[in-house]
Amino acid sequence: MKRTRNILAVAVFLLVVLVGVPWLIEATGRLDLYYTLTSVALLSIASAGVWVTFYIGRINIGQGAFALMGGYVSAILVVQYGVSFWLTLPLAGLFCAAASVLIGLPILRLRGVYFAMVTLVLTEVARLLALALPITNGAKGMVSIPLPGGISIFGLTILPDFATLANPRPAFYLVSVVLMVLCFAALYRLVHSRIGKLCQSLQQNEELASSIGVNIAYLRVIAYAISSFLGGLGGAMFVAISQSIYPSSFTVTDSVNFMLNCFLGGLGHVFGPMIGTFVLYFGWDFLFETGEFQLLIFSSVLIALMLFLPNGLLSLRLFGKKQG
Amino acid sequence: MTELLQIKAVTKRFGGLVAVNNVSFAVREREILSVIGPNGAGKSTLFKLISSFLNPTSGEVLFRGERISGLAPHIVARKGVVRTFQETTIFKGMTVRDNVIIAHHLRSNASLAGFYLGTTAARRDEDEFGRSADEIIDFLDLGAQRHEIASTLPHGHLRALGIAIGLATNPTVLLLDEPFAGMNHDETVRAVEMVRGVRKRGVTVLLVEHDMPAVMNISDRIVVLNFGVKIAEGTPKEIQENEKVIEAYLGAEDETIGF
Repeated sequence: MKRTRNILAVAVFLLVVLVGVPWLIEATGRLDLYYTLTSVALLSIASAGVWVTFYIGRINIGQGAFALMGGYVSAILVVQYGVSFWLTLPLAGLFCAAASVLIGLPILRLRGVYFAMVTLVLTEVARLLALALPITNGAKGMVSIPLPGGISIFGLTILPDFATLANPRPAFYLVSVVLMVLCFAALYRLVHSRIGKLCQSLQQNEELASSIGVNIAYLRVIAYAISSFLGGLGGAMFVAISQSIYPSSFTVTDSVNFMLNCFLGGLGHVFGPMIGTFVLYFGWDFLFETGEFQLLIFSSVLIALMLFLPNGLLSLRLFGKKQG
Repeated sequence: MTELLQIKAVTKRFGGLVAVNNVSFAVREREILSVIGPNGAGKSTLFKLISSFLNPTSGEVLFRGERISGLAPHIVARKGVVRTFQETTIFKGMTVRDNVIIAHHLRSNASLAGFYLGTTAARRDEDEFGRSADEIIDFLDLGAQRHEIASTLPHGHLRALGIAIGLATNPTVLLLDEPFAGMNHDETVRAVEMVRGVRKRGVTVLLVEHDMPAVMNISDRIVVLNFGVKIAEGTPKEIQENEKVIEAYLGAEDETIGF
């Protein structure tokens, strides 16, 4: 019963985002929405990473560092080594995961506000590194990155060469949404397997987890690596779309936003970061009309939301219907 | 009887303070051994040293002749020496049943990747954990609370849940940290029966406790600490008659020895 309903919900969601939204955009002529929704999809992937660190009980304000890292890895591989973008996408994720293991081993011993502070610094370190390293081209950044090429297997074209498309925006939108769906599906499985329960046990009491034989150091590093993998993936895809990357492409503000997306959507739900990113991104745009009061209204609403809905927007559905 | 745990000349210094000073004793298979002593006697420190949550400054703890001091706590737990915690250390946000199921982690045959992919081994593990958890829950009379969130349980049930979590790891030696603290008389009587039941399952019990009547009632042997030093070891009767023990307790303010 629950299974059928879940499958149905996923089918409806896929239909809406893959068919319904493009149709609506074409019908209304609001082509700019492609870019907005693509951004939401990619930012929600990076936010999902932050959500994983929340899931093991760590406040992560450093996802911007890994988004930036992933973006540069992809850009450098594409521009300087001529690697296909589609290959650099997983490579960027894996590079970030590997880096996060090295960073995570010492810093994951910290808890609470101490871990949060160190991750906050990470974003700034990443920006300064990007400014200083010769390979990243400093403050000038990397521009005119070629669009992703096509993918074909046995002569069958799976993805067309983006450079040949008259308007690559719908293509980017579809690829980003598919990537988002895949990431969240993988995460959903993780949370609903024993690994999810083990992560929860870390979140709730590390000492007890350790006393029942859970290798907490190992599990923490794994979770952080998954988190950073998602950050790198989102960052790399973003760079492909904007065709440029600068040290300021992802800053501390972005890191904070990734975290806020999780808070807003709900830390207790896998799909929290997705909803959170959507609402936060559109909420910000929506308030554009209010001019100088934009930030004031935006932050007041955020504070109010956190006060009245401490478990995030997704906790609202509990009032609506009883979960079976 | 074989000696399962050997505590050999263990000393722990915190800066200038010697919390545990050259303490040695052994825990025999399937006995209930209690460590008692006035406040600040070093009981909790000793407890952490045995479960490897702390490393001794000198000396060592052996389990089945093998040194376990210096190993990570989860490794020591895997070898079969498992501790429970004082107060309400449980997974608060999970149901009682989930608490006990997750504590079966040590017994899993499947790898983490196996659990992610849902392999046959992983599913067999999950089924087995569920069955075993239900058995332990019934054994500790938590059946009615099975699906309640742990943080909503009353004090006595929390203690039982703590023991259930310990049992789920299938320990050889279970270390109980003040299992009777904060309990009234009836609760203590029930808890004493619970600990006896644990021993009946073949588990060796080492407990650290304040509650004198309960300790005298339940223990096969008792080790008494005072100011970090072992001052006596013996059966409850021997301990009750020991001059040094009586002196140590009469010197303390808020302790009563139950005789």
